[in-house]
Amino acid sequence: MDKTEWKILREIAELEKTPQGAYNFRVNGALDDRQVTANIDIRSKEDKPGIDIIVKPGTKGESVHIPVVLSMSGLTDVVYNDFYIGEDADVDIVAGCGIHNTGCETSQHDGIHVFHIGKNARVRYVERHYGEGPGTGENILNPRTEVHLEEGASMTMEMTQIRGVDSTVRDTVVEVEAGGECIINEKLMTDGKQVAESNMEIILKGPGATGRVISRSVGRGESVQVFRPCMTGKADCFGHVQCDSILMDEAKIKSIPAIDAQDVDAQLIHEAAIGRIAGDQILKLMTLGLTEEEAEEKILEGFLN
Amino acid sequence: MLEISHLRYDVTAEDGAELGILQDISLTIDDGKLVVITGPNGGGKTTLARSIMGLNQPTGGSIRWNGEDITNRSITDRARAGVSYGFQQPPRFKGMKVRDLIALAAGKETLSPAEGCQYLTQVGLCADDYIDREVDSSLSGGEVKRIEIATILARKAGLMIFDEPEAGIDLWSFAKLTETFERIHRQGDSTLLIISHQERIIQLADEILVIEKGKVAKHGPREEIFPQIMARTLPGCGYMKEGER
Repeated sequence: MDKTEWKILREIAELEKTPQGAYNFRVNGALDDRQVTANIDIRSKEDKPGIDIIVKPGTKGESVHIPVVLSMSGLTDVVYNDFYIGEDADVDIVAGCGIHNTGCETSQHDGIHVFHIGKNARVRYVERHYGEGPGTGENILNPRTEVHLEEGASMTMEMTQIRGVDSTVRDTVVEVEAGGECIINEKLMTDGKQVAESNMEIILKGPGATGRVISRSVGRGESVQVFRPCMTGKADCFGHVQCDSILMDEAKIKSIPAIDAQDVDAQLIHEAAIGRIAGDQILKLMTLGLTEEEAEEKILEGFLN
Repeated sequence: MLEISHLRYDVTAEDGAELGILQDISLTIDDGKLVVITGPNGGGKTTLARSIMGLNQPTGGSIRWNGEDITNRSITDRARAGVSYGFQQPPRFKGMKVRDLIALAAGKETLSPAEGCQYLTQVGLCADDYIDREVDSSLSGGEVKRIEIATILARKAGLMIFDEPEAGIDLWSFAKLTETFERIHRQGDSTLLIISHQERIIQLADEILVIEKGKVAKHGPREEIFPQIMARTLPGCGYMKEGER
């Protein structure tokens, strides 16, 4: 990998060098580097682009990094990654895609991730999307994430897209069995003429299943965002959807949270709010010596952190 | 030194009439003094304090701080010149941690646990419990108010203005707060301007300023003004008099 590609890697995975544990670097549509461990195997798929990540049952405290970098303009990369997390495992997975587009052609990466998480396993999943480059070509990312959580399994997902992605349609589907837990923290900022759409479907299938969606977004410039998180309760379960957005400039944000209770004991809550930065927040930070612009940046930084 | 000269703040009412919220206020406060501003509700105390910080732009008169005319300076410039103001009803910040807000106030990138503890303890909050909490609606009004005061302590500005710091604060924290004001005053590095109706705070003052109907009704040493306020408290009230009949 060259300097630009390492810079992208820092943005999406906070990596300065190859990480400890298992990893798979995909650069411009091909495998760049891979490492497996005694407990975590990574295999290339034979029928289509992508990998299978297999974590042995009981694996504790290990991590897998699977970043994707696109530095060639005009490349469309579709990849299918399947994760098999064994029972009682406890692992961190760092994914994400960064695009450096120097040309006038569209660069696109569509990552289709399917997670099979075994009984009582715990997964922390971090996914950052980032775009940059002096080119005029669009950066497009359309991720699809499917998660199947078996009994007592849990998954925390941090999905962040802060800058440089011109168009994104994100689909997330999660099924939670009895006693399982799914927490999704989504952070999104769009600017200029960017468009972002996030569709989520969380189905709480078994008794004691829990689902939480915390979505925070900032719309700047003339960008457009649409959120459609839906929480379905099919048992004695608890689900909470919270969408907060800050609207600036000429941006438009549509937030359509839905809750669907199919069991008398399902407890489902949704909250959604869209508004501009409160004037007294800016004034307060100005009384601490910040300029209006600095105050605005600090408020956004806090909101999205 | 804070010098306020012929300060006016007028607003236009719905019927077009001019309302003088502040009418020709002139006063001088020497460095290192603790001055309590008191007076009836709606008298103009908060407007005066906000005008000094630049949150309200006066319609006439001037404000000088350390010899410099700050009347037309921005809020940011005034803050950098050493003016600070603790809001009566502080805003909340979704996502921003107590640690971040106090670090901003202290002008630092990050705040060490010891520094955080130093400021929060002075307002009766345990740093361990609060430093990583968000300054959002999960905090009570009294907690947000105390964090607000901690930001002013962290700024260590030459002029500290507190707007009803006791409002919404429990008795134990209030005792801690009065100790803190007393200590800052003793150190003598800052001039304190405190809007308050609490006798405990008034008793700390070098001077008392009574603002009433947008004017300075009284201004002088505590020993002189305090007995006058106390004497007026009950007899001054028309309803009380009526009740006596």
